Amino acid sequence: MKVSDDLDRRFRERAASEGSLDVAYDLVDSPIGALLVAVTERGLCRIGFDAEHEHDLDPLARLFGAKVLRAPKAVDEPRRELNEYFEGTRTAFDVPVDVRFDAFRLRVMDELARVPYGEVTTYGALAARAGNPRAARAVGTFMNRNPIPIVLPCHRVVGANGSLTGYGGGLERKERLLQLEGASLTLLG
Amino acid sequence: MMEAVATIPPFERFYVEHRDRVFGFLVRRVGRDRADDAFQETFLRALKSYESLAHAGNLRAWVFTIAARVAVDDFRKRRPTAAEHESVVEDSRPAYAELEHLAGGLPPKERAAVVLRYGYDLEYSDIAVALGSSEEAARQATSSGIRRLRRKGVTL
Repeated sequence: MKVSDDLDRRFRERAASEGSLDVAYDLVDSPIGALLVAVTERGLCRIGFDAEHEHDLDPLARLFGAKVLRAPKAVDEPRRELNEYFEGTRTAFDVPVDVRFDAFRLRVMDELARVPYGEVTTYGALAARAGNPRAARAVGTFMNRNPIPIVLPCHRVVGANGSLTGYGGGLERKERLLQLEGASLTLLG
Repeated sequence: MMEAVATIPPFERFYVEHRDRVFGFLVRRVGRDRADDAFQETFLRALKSYESLAHAGNLRAWVFTIAARVAVDDFRKRRPTAAEHESVVEDSRPAYAELEHLAGGLPPKERAAVVLRYGYDLEYSDIAVALGSSEEAARQATSSGIRRLRRKGVTL
């Protein structure tokens, strides 16, 4: 016997509001495709581009605990901010984030968060600002494994020659985000 | 010694896999009108103890045991007098909580079968659904669990 959509929705809401979840998530529509958006009690912990959002659930469970449930209401705040970002009315995010990094990666991600809307930097420059100019390659890896792209704007990091280089969500998405922000790659030269 | 056991799946996957069967079972146990509340209660309780699960074996039987307990609680809440009466009549039988404890050492399938049959009076057809097996297999699991318990001196 099928559970009605209404009952299903009420259960999910209750589970999230009683604070018994490790991770609540939902899919959020965007111009660059549906995004999996996940939060813990501490903040935003994952934005995923994978069309098969199922793929994101096991890593989330390993990292934060097995009580992972789709609960749309719980991600209302990041959803609203992302919508505003894609409408072009928001240039910085205010949602708290829950990311767990070691010291150097944390410094890199802090510096990344400071790269302004509509501007780009390079892997090497970011590494230098984080205190290790020779760590450009490590920085590239951090960008590739960024758990919350868009909000932590790894799309604003490009190669030394101004090429887009790579993006966890695919180069097309990176280009799209930079276009949306009106970033000019020629400034780099 | 640690054994290689299947890790517990993300709750979402567990919930989606079992929600319809559990709901159908609760409709049969508590009636359509009360099934919605019992359903929420069942999965909220499952959520609360989800991480203390040692392994992912028999998750279906596990959630059915919770649903059966929710149905009993619902029945007691609704008819306190009938429940008292029932407990007098069944005085010689271990209460379901005690039974769950006594059956704790049985293999998971037999344990679930015994608890669901003797703790919650489920029909073999429902036990079969809970175990994901045939009715005949449910009967066999129950009686082999009972034999094992009797050998340990537990009478049911």
